[in-house]
Amino acid sequence: MSVSANALGGIAVAAFALPALGFALGPVFDRGEARWEDVGAVGDFPETTYVPRVITLVPGIGEAGKSTIYVRKHNPSIDGPPKDRYDDFVAISTRCAHLGCPVRYIEASTRFVCPCHGGVYDFQGKVTGGPPVRPLDRFYTRVRGGRVEIGPRYSVNSHLRRFSPRDPGQALDGIGQYAYPGRFSTPSAPPGAQGAG
Amino acid sequence: MNLKLRRPNTANGRVSARHAAGTAGKEAGISVVDWVDERTSLSGSLRWMMFRKVPKGTNWFYTFGSATMFAFLSQAVTGVFLAMYYDPSPTRAYESARHLTNDVFLGEFVRGMHKWGATAMMVLIFLHMARTYFFGAYKYPRELNWVIGVVLLVLTMMMSLTGYLLPFDQRSYWATIVAVNLNGSAPILGPFLADFLRAGPEFSATTLSRFYSIHMLLVPGAIAALIGAHLYLVAKLGTTAPPWLKAEAPADLRRQEIG
Repeated sequence: MSVSANALGGIAVAAFALPALGFALGPVFDRGEARWEDVGAVGDFPETTYVPRVITLVPGIGEAGKSTIYVRKHNPSIDGPPKDRYDDFVAISTRCAHLGCPVRYIEASTRFVCPCHGGVYDFQGKVTGGPPVRPLDRFYTRVRGGRVEIGPRYSVNSHLRRFSPRDPGQALDGIGQYAYPGRFSTPSAPPGAQGAG
Repeated sequence: MNLKLRRPNTANGRVSARHAAGTAGKEAGISVVDWVDERTSLSGSLRWMMFRKVPKGTNWFYTFGSATMFAFLSQAVTGVFLAMYYDPSPTRAYESARHLTNDVFLGEFVRGMHKWGATAMMVLIFLHMARTYFFGAYKYPRELNWVIGVVLLVLTMMMSLTGYLLPFDQRSYWATIVAVNLNGSAPILGPFLADFLRAGPEFSATTLSRFYSIHMLLVPGAIAALIGAHLYLVAKLGTTAPPWLKAEAPADLRRQEIG
């Protein structure tokens, strides 16, 4: 009697505790879907400077889901040959790699500058000063019918090697790439993309 | 058989009608309390809790703990009433907070109490903690109560973090982005912890409702339960004398020492 009553109690507790735990943890394992957003015609974006665009990172939550990005055409003299077909345009995320504040591009110094703790990035988004631990994130880009489309975000290390999107504050050089593994929740890289570990 | 005790003013027979009515009301009240007490024995527990012996030298520094608890009660009550108007959706949160502040009767006052009360609670916690530390009140046998207190401190900080997002203005949005990214910078598990806090890879509608639920249901429940345990141990173990008070030897012993 007492054994079966305790067992039944245990089962009853598990019956509400386990689903609740799953409820709380579920989003960690829920793979997000890739979205592609039109940001303008191919001719809108020069090779030598950035054009700001506002894209929707998370739909359905109004202004909070939007983010500014900086877009330019791939410049072989600076960037080398394109890595793949998602590299014809360079789209830089304005999320600072230190703690996620919004950076802005300063035309006069060809630098990205973060207002919060003084992170500075060069024209390619590589760190040139301040606390950020890796370059600015980028977005996959593609051209459809003469229009530039922005896809999922990815992170890069100091050699601009691609990684699946990390949160700010997570280094990707040396031991950093093992200390901060990729997550289950981020959208997969588009088919045929080169090396996004 | 009448077992009731005679009261002095009824014994001499000079009782006005008004006084008699008052006495009857009082006796009705007493018999209700008696009825409950006979079935619960609550008076014993209350006496145990409320009429404890406290050491000589107990002073105003000993009131910081109660003050912290009253700050928590104030937060709980104002929070319940703020929840009547607040809407935890990303497109409505800011507007509902603006509405309850500017349009609702006394809304600005209740929101102000909750906002400044949060700061007051943190200050009081640290004063209470400092008193406990400098008076050595964390030592045997009170270590467990110190541990519970530290858990309460961490839970209160969780309240500060989750509550900060709820007004959903620029400051609270970016502060939360930064706070989640700080969690994400812990090695190995950090990225998954950040996903757990945000409920996904990006800040989304679920993030706000998740913070709201943690802020008003999960953590306050835990805090209330642990305050209960904290108070039980205070009553069970008693409080300490201030460190500047020397222990006094019993009178007869002292007489022997003196000679």
